[in-house]
Amino acid sequence: MIIKPLDDAIIWFLNLFNISIETKFGLSIHFFIYDTIQITLLLVIMILLISYLRSYFPPERTKLILEKFKGIIGNFFGSILGVISPFCSCSSIPIFIGLVSSGVPLGITFSFLITSPIVNEAAIVMLFSTFDYKIAILYIFFGIMVGIIGGFIIDKLKLEKYVEGFVYEIKNKNIIIPSMTQIDRLNFAKQETLDILKRVYKWIVAGVFVGSAIHGWVPDDYLVDIAGPNNPFAVIIVTILAVPLYSNVLGTIPIANALIDKGMGVGTAMSFMMATTALSLPEMMILRKVIKPKLIWIFIAITTSGIIIIGYLFNFIIGGI
Amino acid sequence: MNIKILGGGCPNCILLYNNAAAVCRELEIDAVIEKVVEYEKISEYGVMSTPALVINEKVVGIGRMKYKKVKELIKNA
Repeated sequence: MIIKPLDDAIIWFLNLFNISIETKFGLSIHFFIYDTIQITLLLVIMILLISYLRSYFPPERTKLILEKFKGIIGNFFGSILGVISPFCSCSSIPIFIGLVSSGVPLGITFSFLITSPIVNEAAIVMLFSTFDYKIAILYIFFGIMVGIIGGFIIDKLKLEKYVEGFVYEIKNKNIIIPSMTQIDRLNFAKQETLDILKRVYKWIVAGVFVGSAIHGWVPDDYLVDIAGPNNPFAVIIVTILAVPLYSNVLGTIPIANALIDKGMGVGTAMSFMMATTALSLPEMMILRKVIKPKLIWIFIAITTSGIIIIGYLFNFIIGGI
Repeated sequence: MNIKILGGGCPNCILLYNNAAAVCRELEIDAVIEKVVEYEKISEYGVMSTPALVINEKVVGIGRMKYKKVKELIKNA
């Protein structure tokens, strides 16, 4: 999607400084300014809308929904909850405890934990503004799938003994969800938008910056041989390299986009995005407060394998379209 | 009056604590204001998003709240 007037305005602005977009430097600068503005505009509009809707679905209410479902349907709803829940890792512990202590199976809780950083409303906005809609839809679909299947496997492995004991000892009071007026909801949406923007802005700027640099300086088709769709090991290597890296999903989208332009396989780039965002050291350290190391390792292993499989599936499907 | 602020120490939790304290000063309410930071205790209130405002052991508000809202909740408690 290209907003033509914005595009023209930036070209005009750059001309004032005698920067032509015919040069590599000009092209990178143009790309950087354009992308930053477009993404910010879209994010503000979409997050406002979605936050308003989300004021009707606080995690406390979603817990009441999740308690009703067992098995794979529970995993499905857990994963969907991961998409619509606020994505600050500081709230993942109260949500984890709240779910597990009220009897939601561990596997369903993990479906939530896996999907939450990979897919969220801000990421959806950026996916659609950056990629072809087919890629955006597949990314969202597979992000939800990795949560469903990962959680399902964790459920089958019966790992409850690796949850810290105190979680099961908590007596849950039945909470009365405080009611909100329309003004409360609008305030909530406004605050959420500001909070989310503040939290993700540095990731977006850094991501777009690295993406622009790749666009401008890496030769076209440079990555075809190393990480193109025809290298059978590319997905595995890229995923394993990306796991210790950490970035917000919003920062990796522009980078992945630039990598695809330079010849990286689409599935390989998707695996790169998911692996940098799904698993992070800070998140693991927070989780350590409620689960034992062994379960953390299992969580990492299952999620990494899932992401690798998705990369191959993605390359296969996109290759076929 | 007993007021508790539930939250692990995020900026919003501190803001809510300060707002609650300021409201009590403004309305000249004699209240004990406590911070509850342990996740075990926070979960006992059934709260899954922080911060939360608890007045006399009842959860009256969850999430970020404006000063006006906090004032209204404390006034009505």
